[in-house]
Amino acid sequence: MKKKILSLVLAAVLALSVLSMAGCGNSGKVTLNVYNWGEYIDLSVLPEFEKETGIRVNYTTYASNEEMYAKIASGAASYDVVIPSDYMISKLIQEDMLAPLNFDNIPNARYIGEQYKGLDFDPENQYTVPYTWGTTVVIYNKSMVDPADAAAQSLDLLWNEKYSGQILMFDNPRDAFGVALSKLGYSLNSENPDEWKAAAEELKKQKPLVQAYVMDQIFDKMESGEAAIAPYYAGDALIIQDGNPDIDYYIPKEGANFFVDAMCVLKDSPHKAEAEAFINFMCKTDVAVKTAEIIGYATPHLEAVKQLDPEITGNTVVYADEAVLANTEVFLNLSPEINRLQSDLWTDIKKD
Amino acid sequence: MHRKSLSRVAINAPYTVWMAIFVLVPIALVVYYAFTDAAGRFTLQNVASIVDYSHTFFTSLELALISTAICLVLAYPLAYAISRMHVKRQSTMIMLVMLPMWMNFLIRTYAWMTILEGNGLINRAVRALGGEGFHMINTNGAVVLGMVYNFLPYMILPIYTVLTKIEQSTIEAAQDLGANRVNIFRRVLLPMSVPGVISGITMVFVPAVSTFVISKLLGGGKTFLIGDIIENYFLGNTGTVDYNIGAALSLVLMILILISMAIMNHFDKDASAGGIM
Repeated sequence: MKKKILSLVLAAVLALSVLSMAGCGNSGKVTLNVYNWGEYIDLSVLPEFEKETGIRVNYTTYASNEEMYAKIASGAASYDVVIPSDYMISKLIQEDMLAPLNFDNIPNARYIGEQYKGLDFDPENQYTVPYTWGTTVVIYNKSMVDPADAAAQSLDLLWNEKYSGQILMFDNPRDAFGVALSKLGYSLNSENPDEWKAAAEELKKQKPLVQAYVMDQIFDKMESGEAAIAPYYAGDALIIQDGNPDIDYYIPKEGANFFVDAMCVLKDSPHKAEAEAFINFMCKTDVAVKTAEIIGYATPHLEAVKQLDPEITGNTVVYADEAVLANTEVFLNLSPEINRLQSDLWTDIKKD
Repeated sequence: MHRKSLSRVAINAPYTVWMAIFVLVPIALVVYYAFTDAAGRFTLQNVASIVDYSHTFFTSLELALISTAICLVLAYPLAYAISRMHVKRQSTMIMLVMLPMWMNFLIRTYAWMTILEGNGLINRAVRALGGEGFHMINTNGAVVLGMVYNFLPYMILPIYTVLTKIEQSTIEAAQDLGANRVNIFRRVLLPMSVPGVISGITMVFVPAVSTFVISKLLGGGKTFLIGDIIENYFLGNTGTVDYNIGAALSLVLMILILISMAIMNHFDKDASAGGIM
């Protein structure tokens, strides 16, 4: 009998605790769902945010803008804060998926440099707070590439038959076509189908020389000397160089993609104020400094730039100057027709 | 009698519900998406457009068939050898066969990447011995190797299970009747083990023909399989999320698998009929 009473009491306690926990989720602590690129934050700042605000963070990551879009568009999961790139942001704005921000809740946004605000993807600066910026670069291994070939600082290096089997290429169409369009001197946002077809021809020509189409595996393959040449993002080039001092990189003279990744709040987020508190927290100077130190990408946070090690901010590839940036282009959202064409051409290149 | 069937219904209910939710509904959704366009109207265009991917279908089938054949050739003798061991050693050996499966599939495939690379373990060893090194990674061969390595246990286990059920006395009887080794294998072991071989082939062929991770990691994104295309359409990796074409491709793949399973089952029936006679 005693045992029975005990087990009843235990069951009641269990039931109560489950109930109170469920109640907690509704009224007490808010849980914020943050969806960001992989390897794109200093994870130690999340507990700091939780301690400071009492808001819990459920942090998950994605590997590409397209993956993030597929996830949020399917409605399968609800996120509050996302940090996509420029062209994806303009797509989200066009499809009415982002909430306008209340900048009264994000006073720290004043630290973000004016040159990163009001860009084409969010001209009124209503929906976004820039998180990082940078350009695409050509990364190469000095011990494997003839200095004369690298000195040209050209995209032709990626088509140089001398390095057949040692070249890596982007495994996503937007970046891969970006490289080919730049090489031909076309706009990265071309709306001319013939220019896209010409770019596809370039990529087909390149395919026999390509060792592999990769994204994150580029770190391993470049650091270990498995491959000699690869196009990638400037911030990551720095991290690869940390792992292998033979690595060097340049912004190609034909032009490159200038990108801004920015923090946004999704329209159907039930916790807008908390989401804005998170964005505000990420724009605190010490947090922005920590973030920039860990991820290697350039920060648009002007105070953080002042406090960062000059060795980091003095890097003219990562913190490219106006003159270099003049030769770069931001990705815009492509029209549905061109997007479809890009997708079909890419499948064509890959399947042959 | 009535009560018995009621309790049977009660026992079956959870499985029926489970099957309905996780098997029937998804298949119905695949069929629905395959035959509609983005606006939800009926169309045959998605299914018709798979002609564009026939080359990829062919590559997938080819690599999957090669892998299945290699698995069968490797697994049968091994399964036989294990099945004739002392019972205690049998369980140790089977545990060793399963051991790699304790590790995550992705990690194992990544490991092969670092083994096969130009500066990988094999090539470094070969060069240390004065050799030239080989080009192995990012080829169809590397993809086949990845499939064989990952799916081999699925071939060994069912064959081993049927072979253990064949009594040693059956083989001895055949020997008594004057059968030599070849005849014992051809007329006793092989027919009796066909059900295991069939399930082994199915369990290797089905995941092999639909894989996309192995081709991405070991094929360097240059060996493009039908699973890669389906993944791209569902995740929008190519910039377009298109459930309709993705579903049409999945449907065709499912039908291909069903056809090959039907052919397999046909063999199975023939064999067991022959066995009885």
